[in-house]
Amino acid sequence: MNKDLWVYVEDAQDRPKNVGLELLSGPGRRLAEIQGGQLCAVVISDTTSETVKAAVSYGADKVYVVEGPEYKDYTTDAYTHAFCELVKKYQPTSILIGATVDGRDLGPRLACRLKTGLTADCTKLDIDEASGNVAWTRPAFGGNIMATILCPDHRPQIGTVRPGVFKLKAEPDFVRQAEIIWEDIHVVPEQIRTKILQTIREAADEMVDLEGAEIIVAGGRGLGKAENFFYVRELAEALGATVGSSRAAVDAGWISHVHQVGQTGKTVGPKLYIACGISGAVQHLVGIGGADKIVAINKDPEAPIFNIADYSIVGDLFQVLPAMTAEIKRLKNQK
Amino acid sequence: MKLLVCVKQVPDTTEIRIDPETNTLIRAGVPSIVNPFDTYALEVAARIKDECGGSITVISMGPQQAKNALTECLGVGADKAYLVSDRVFGGSDTLATSYILSGAIRAVEAKEGPFDVIFCGKQAIDGDTAQVGPEIAEHLDLPQVTYAVEVTAKEGSIVAKRENDDGYALIEMQTPCLVTVTKPAFDPRVPTIKSKLAAKKAEIAIITSEDMELDISRCGLKGSPTKVKKTFTPQVKKGGLRIVAEDGAAAGVKLAGLLVDAKVI
Repeated sequence: MNKDLWVYVEDAQDRPKNVGLELLSGPGRRLAEIQGGQLCAVVISDTTSETVKAAVSYGADKVYVVEGPEYKDYTTDAYTHAFCELVKKYQPTSILIGATVDGRDLGPRLACRLKTGLTADCTKLDIDEASGNVAWTRPAFGGNIMATILCPDHRPQIGTVRPGVFKLKAEPDFVRQAEIIWEDIHVVPEQIRTKILQTIREAADEMVDLEGAEIIVAGGRGLGKAENFFYVRELAEALGATVGSSRAAVDAGWISHVHQVGQTGKTVGPKLYIACGISGAVQHLVGIGGADKIVAINKDPEAPIFNIADYSIVGDLFQVLPAMTAEIKRLKNQK
Repeated sequence: MKLLVCVKQVPDTTEIRIDPETNTLIRAGVPSIVNPFDTYALEVAARIKDECGGSITVISMGPQQAKNALTECLGVGADKAYLVSDRVFGGSDTLATSYILSGAIRAVEAKEGPFDVIFCGKQAIDGDTAQVGPEIAEHLDLPQVTYAVEVTAKEGSIVAKRENDDGYALIEMQTPCLVTVTKPAFDPRVPTIKSKLAAKKAEIAIITSEDMELDISRCGLKGSPTKVKKTFTPQVKKGGLRIVAEDGAAAGVKLAGLLVDAKVI
């Protein structure tokens, strides 16, 4: 057992998912220093060069790479096997995994195979001073309560961390060098017991990168019907923002789940979050805790979203949004 | 097909309030419900049973009171129910819980024959971990699909529609396998008066640590690698500026100006 801290940098088509880089540059570096070990990245894919480069530029001292055609798409069986073999060989003390859809599929499988503890969906990471263990803090009970969890007697201690909670701290340093360790781990096709028949991309004509978005304009139940997302899209376009939504709007069938923000959707950390007709159930608020500034527009003066908004308008969305969009276009043109 | 659905009784977290004086959860009066994601899992299983025939068994780990959750499931498609209950199981984290449940599943299979598909909700709304499903699959060495919204079955295999970051993927796997289910496009069925009455009369078998092969040191609080150090209520950010204007349009214009001035946009 060594003192190293590993960050899984998830790769999608030879591009790193943001959360891996967020974890390297922020909490990964901080925790690795306190633990007195190295900060290492793990990259698993069919082509890895760009993701490995990004991991180094965001602070990895070492990168463990598993490459092969069998890792083209994420599969539980192949990825768990590869990751587990790496852990058994190099024995890190802590592992951080982004709580993406695939990260949350991989994490429990890995922790269970290693017979160790896993803390899901963390929003805060520290080292417990008394014991030196990682103190994993996460929301539970739909965000009503926070719990700090330790894994004192088992190693590695593993946690998944919500995307967007930690901001990308450092600028990438492309001059940095790191040790790249290629591991020849392969699985035969029979070991992969799931077969992807088809992938269906939703909202293919628009980019829905909520987790990396600087500005998000989100719509909720207050929009009343699917067509009224038009007002949200107009404002988003004027701001160069990404469109988000509450669960209520997704459940109503007004917009695809890929736009959903909150406990069962994406966790976001934009500079500006504009909530339009979203009342602000605690499950939604959990997802926007990382936003720097929050704007709330709602006709109900009692809506809980106003308790956390930096700018509030109690009023009619359909008056506020078009006027605001027009004014933003005018002010931008002046610049 | 022989189907198993794992369910959990949870407090309805949407009803939970924080006591402003003590800053703790007010649990009194909060109703206990079947975890909503588990009701979706049961509905997905019930649709397969409608289509291909077979049977559905439900299993839950918890105190005696969790029988109510199982009874509810028996009213909406489940044929048989087991409660896994023992004092030594108390305080189990996800690894210990999945270990115990996988032992219980083996014990049920020894009596009733193997299950083709095991369903779980994507996560429980109290713990929100999404770990027990995949960990059961690992203990039982089964392939898994998580975040499924739809499952179709044919002899010997299933196809699950899985929600992912960009949309969906259709994934095929051979049975036996495990699927965790998130919110589908359809609502779970409701019981009829007849099915409700029958469910109330149905017997629920109890499985204790004596009924299965378990290493007790891997169960309960002691057998759990993760320990809760403390819980606290999240700090609530204070509300900020309320923009007042003669009408909505004027407020919108004012807000745009403020955001530009503050260099937010």
